Amino acid sequence: MKTNDVILQTTSKVVFFMIVLFAIHLFFAGHYNPGGGFVGGLMTSGAIVLLLLAFDIKTVVKGFPIDYIILVGIGLLFAVGTAAGSLLFNIPFFTHAFGDVTLPVLGKTSLHTAMLFDTGVYLVVIGVTMTIIQTIGESE
Amino acid sequence: MEILMSLVIGALLASAVYLMLSKSLLRIIIGTGLLSHGAHLLIITMGGLKRGAAPLLGEEAAAYVDPLPQALILTAIVISFGVTAFFLVLAYRAYQELGTDNMDEMRGNEAND
Amino acid sequence: MSLLHLAIFSPFLMAMLVPFFYKGLRSIHTGWFVLVLPILLFTYFLGFLPITRNNQAVEKSFDWIPSLGISFTAYVDGLGLLFALLITGIGALVVLYSIFYLSKEKESLHNFYVYLLLFMGAMLGVVLSDNLITLYMFWELTSISSFLLIAYWYDRERSRYGALKSMLLTVFGGLSMLGGILLLSLMGDTFSVRELISQAGELNEHPLFLFAMILVLLGAFTKSAQFPFYIWLPDAMEAPTPVSAYLHSATMVKAGIYLVARLSPIFAFSGYWFWIVGAVGIFTLFWGSLNAVKQTDLKGILAFSTVSQLGLIMSLLGVGAAALHFDALDDNIYTAATIAAVFHLINHATFKGSLFMVVGVVDHETGTRDIRKLGGLLGFMPVTFTIAVIGAFSMAGLPPFNGFLSKEMFFTGMIQLLELNIFNLQTWGLLFPILAWVGSVFTFIYSMMIVFKTFSGKYQPEKLDKKPHEAPVGMLISPMILAALVVVFGLFPNLLSYSLIQPAAAAIIPSLVGPGEKLSVHISHWHGFSTELLMTIGVVALGALMYVTLSKWIKLYTVFPGKVSLNNLYDTSLYAAERGAYSMTKSYMNGFIRTYLVYIFVFFIGILGFTMWTENAFTFNQNNLAPIGVYEIVLVVIITAGIITILMAKSRLTSIIALGAVGYTVSLFFVIFRAPDLALTQLVIETVSVALFLLCFFHLPQLSRHEERMGFKLGNVLVSLGVGAMVTLMAISAHSNKMFDSISSYYVANTYEKAAGKNMVNVILVDFRGFDTLFEISVLAIAGLGIFGMIKLRLSKKGEEADEN
Repeated sequence: MKTNDVILQTTSKVVFFMIVLFAIHLFFAGHYNPGGGFVGGLMTSGAIVLLLLAFDIKTVVKGFPIDYIILVGIGLLFAVGTAAGSLLFNIPFFTHAFGDVTLPVLGKTSLHTAMLFDTGVYLVVIGVTMTIIQTIGESE
Repeated sequence: MEILMSLVIGALLASAVYLMLSKSLLRIIIGTGLLSHGAHLLIITMGGLKRGAAPLLGEEAAAYVDPLPQALILTAIVISFGVTAFFLVLAYRAYQELGTDNMDEMRGNEAND
Repeated sequence: MSLLHLAIFSPFLMAMLVPFFYKGLRSIHTGWFVLVLPILLFTYFLGFLPITRNNQAVEKSFDWIPSLGISFTAYVDGLGLLFALLITGIGALVVLYSIFYLSKEKESLHNFYVYLLLFMGAMLGVVLSDNLITLYMFWELTSISSFLLIAYWYDRERSRYGALKSMLLTVFGGLSMLGGILLLSLMGDTFSVRELISQAGELNEHPLFLFAMILVLLGAFTKSAQFPFYIWLPDAMEAPTPVSAYLHSATMVKAGIYLVARLSPIFAFSGYWFWIVGAVGIFTLFWGSLNAVKQTDLKGILAFSTVSQLGLIMSLLGVGAAALHFDALDDNIYTAATIAAVFHLINHATFKGSLFMVVGVVDHETGTRDIRKLGGLLGFMPVTFTIAVIGAFSMAGLPPFNGFLSKEMFFTGMIQLLELNIFNLQTWGLLFPILAWVGSVFTFIYSMMIVFKTFSGKYQPEKLDKKPHEAPVGMLISPMILAALVVVFGLFPNLLSYSLIQPAAAAIIPSLVGPGEKLSVHISHWHGFSTELLMTIGVVALGALMYVTLSKWIKLYTVFPGKVSLNNLYDTSLYAAERGAYSMTKSYMNGFIRTYLVYIFVFFIGILGFTMWTENAFTFNQNNLAPIGVYEIVLVVIITAGIITILMAKSRLTSIIALGAVGYTVSLFFVIFRAPDLALTQLVIETVSVALFLLCFFHLPQLSRHEERMGFKLGNVLVSLGVGAMVTLMAISAHSNKMFDSISSYYVANTYEKAAGKNMVNVILVDFRGFDTLFEISVLAIAGLGIFGMIKLRLSKKGEEADEN
């Protein structure tokens, strides 16, 4: 399915970054505002799907030489690792910790281990969605 | 509103079941999609509708809607996406291999028992 | 968790390492690595001897499921230690033997050693657990590992048959035992064996006592191959010979003996116990030895001989219970039976282990175990012959081997019964010594068969596959060690009497042993011309005579019609059960998934409708409803239109787009219902889903409307309308009567305090109910992998072609 739609290709290149940025914003906003790993991950994969529609699979794979299956594994490790990490401190599985940290540029920021867990979710969602779409696309 | 939603949910589920009982693979998949929509609406309706602000503490409202059903549904949405995708691929692979999308022809036969 | 627990679990840990040894170090036989463990464990358990010989015990406990009173209590007393030593000691010898028996090139050794270690750990768990539930768990694990080991050569029909048979029978027994255990815990309100023992008196009065006893005994009898459950043991001989030597003669089949011994203090005062255990045991002894003589396979003979010897030990344990009724006596001679049981247990492990290994050697070096083909091997295998003579003569009860001593003690125990005046022994008691004596005659005959049919007589090279020669030294080490033990225990039996036998016997009949006291165990070779000695002489004389004239009367066995055997009963009932289950299933499982869905939905309608009707659950309450606005009406109209479009659609594109429309409407509903997270997610998901549907579009079939009859459609409509109506009714009544307060206020109140977040939904997902999310992404990952697999790995013919293109 070789397409050559110049307008779509040009706009999608720009829009892609906007969507990804928005997705990352959603992901980080998750703890306080609507958003989080699921939406962030889905939105990011939505952006990649847009590229897939504009270009063909080969170009996109060249642009993102990522093995999405491995991404799924990394995501699951993140999630389990965060949950199991609390065992090291002798507190029950899945106990999260949080605290405020003052960073040099950004000022006062609160950090959560929940964020790490959400990162796992984010990666798994991207990994699975892209695995599905890419394998289906490649099988043509 | 809840009564109206109950009726909508009933309609969604009834048509989902009807589609799932038909013989065509694609209709079955669409049926499962409708089924999950119905289930999600059912859960959120059970939690009570419009009883307060969105469940964000930033809203600083006096009352919030029930956050728990929403969390459950969020999980369910993603899972139903995964399952639907799986069904789709299963269906198209089965169609490719067997050359039919008629459930009756896919029946397990005696020899495979 | 203590070192003791670690010792019990160490075989399981070792089993995890075995595949790595097997893959990583192919050039070294995996057995060498495994061998280290039982040797270590054996020395570790030897360290307990000084404790147990004073009738003390070691106990280490950790909670497993405390809410149900289930803990993993490791308890080492004389009885447990004896078995632990047997398991690890014989285990080490068997592993050593298997290194030479199983070729590292041809066999899948990793499977073998994993199963063997699994068994070793399970067996240690059985004999060292004080908690009955833990014991039961390990008990079933031994059945499973035995199943796996019997079916080790799973490409053989007979192996699979034997494995299945042993599994069915022992697991049946295990389940009965679980029932018995539950009854016991119901009566005594504990799962701990020792606590149950302390209430033995009250338990005896309980109306359920007899049921519990019978159920527990079913477990013990199936495991220890007692009549009529022994039929699995001969078929279990399909396992590799090291396994037969280990599981099916020295250890696993003795788990039943262990259970009977362990629970004796609870049950033994009852007359039923005496009669059931004693009678089943003595009859098994007789029946096993009778049948052993007609076997032609060496392992078959040994299998029936094991059945018979297990019966012997079992009957001694049953008869030993009589001692409890004479605790007034100072020097209670009736403890002799219990002591004999323990002693024979050890002896049997030594001589039967060595005999199995001998048979394995013969099989390995000649290619057959059929005594009709064997003969005259003496010249080729002198060492093997010597070991066989020692083992077989000990089994036959000839001096100076250890079997002679315990056989004498066995006769003593049986004769003493004649002097008792309890349990109607005056009338039926005579049967015990008679059956014991007849069984011993046959034991003598088959022992002689093993030695002389194999090693003497005419050498028939034309019937053998290989040219026989002496086995490699490594293969002979283990049987030589066992044979040496046979001789040493035969000459110096009192090496064992206070170190192993007395503590074990004391654990079986604790009520007769006061604190600080010991049972008097003295084993001597010469008692004068007692009845026992005369009986032994009679056995040898008649046995020798019958062995010489064997060919004359062996035909008598064919008088038994083969059709009425227990094996036949097992086969027919298994077949009937399979057929019955098949035809029953077939009557409602017609192969159409649709039909099954209809079952599910009709059941759903039925059960919900029935409950609503009988419980009067349907209520309709108009209070507290949310208002309906214009937007909602619009959305409801759109969603209804979408549904109708899907139902009516003729083309696939229309239905996919309509499904998308329904999905987007749902996300708008979420907006109205103040669920921003849901709305966002649903929106994106819907987009991705539609993209997905369209991607698959070219692969998907046309939306063909297959011929659907009017009746078929009508049925579907009825079922689906029923489901829809039920759900609506359920939703309305669930809204109308709130039975209890929502639990959500907890989340609202604690989102900021406990998780420092402000988006409640997200906090619930990643923190409060993180487990849900963890499993959810796992499901998602599995779905992704499934799709990847379905597309990338095409196993069919068509798929291969597609991949090449």
